[in-house]
Amino acid sequence: MKRRGRMIFFLLSAAAFAGVYLWGLRGLPAVGHYRGPYGDVLNRVATYERHVTDIVTAVNFDYRGFDTLGEEFILFMSVIGGSVLLRRQREEEKSEHRDDNLADESPERQAPEPSDATRVLTLALVGPLVVFGLYIVAHGQLTPGGGFQGGVILATAPLLVYLAGDLKKFKQITSHTLVEVGEAVGAGGYLAIGLAGLILGGSYLRNVAALGTTGTINSGGTIALISLATGLEVAAGFVLLLYAFLEQTLEIQLRGEK
Amino acid sequence: MLFLQFTILSFVAVTATAVVLTRDPAKQAIGISFYGLVMALMFFIFQAPDVALSQIVIGAVALPLMILLALTKIRRHEDEQRAKHKEKKAA
Repeated sequence: MKRRGRMIFFLLSAAAFAGVYLWGLRGLPAVGHYRGPYGDVLNRVATYERHVTDIVTAVNFDYRGFDTLGEEFILFMSVIGGSVLLRRQREEEKSEHRDDNLADESPERQAPEPSDATRVLTLALVGPLVVFGLYIVAHGQLTPGGGFQGGVILATAPLLVYLAGDLKKFKQITSHTLVEVGEAVGAGGYLAIGLAGLILGGSYLRNVAALGTTGTINSGGTIALISLATGLEVAAGFVLLLYAFLEQTLEIQLRGEK
Repeated sequence: MLFLQFTILSFVAVTATAVVLTRDPAKQAIGISFYGLVMALMFFIFQAPDVALSQIVIGAVALPLMILLALTKIRRHEDEQRAKHKEKKAA
């Protein structure tokens, strides 16, 4: 009876949802037929106004730079929240371990040694990956990409080191103080660039730096600078998060290696 | 082009349903990784290469990894609770 009631409730709400959904779909423009004026206007003026070739990055870091600032601080806060939350639990478990030396190194938990092929391939990929990430960060104003995209790519480099089984190196990279400094400098840098716009140009996040020649890496003024700051913040943030998540597993695995 | 878009959209729908229908969370993490990859491809086909770039890292690598790590943590906790329970019984 209860099951039947639930089923009826589900079918009713599913039907209602389908109705509203289909009704909403009818109002959508056809594929590839963009209606709003903003995209077209920006497509026409952004290259002249900001000397950039990737309009999306110009929108993110300039035309609606203030929104992106908020987004960046969402990431900043969630990274801080995540590591604070996991840190407390870590200490709890440590004190537990002292009381009774529980063997959580049960054999099925031990990760198998990575094969030589994995090791060689992952370690060989670290270099190109870092270069690619930096390229995406630095060319945000020219090609699709930018601070966020490049930052997450950079953050996967330590993950490759972990996959290669080099746990000590992974710990050295991810627990380095510079990561935290990078996170702070990246987030603060965005704010500071905005303040520079306020002081020199009269409004927050105004593009006050020299715009440079369109198509070169120095173009875009503050867009390129903000992209760099965001790249730093995102890369450091994700590395911090990775370390917070992997730390416990890592400690146990390192203990097992000894 | 339209054919490509239809194909990738149905692919997204199929993989998403497969992820939802998978019951074991560990297998689900692998499924969601594949789903993230398909999503990245979809973004690329719909001419959003910058979104595809972040999607490929977040959806295909970071999210499944965090799910897996959370799972190992939960399981370890369960193991510990069980071991404690046994010790109490033995004592």
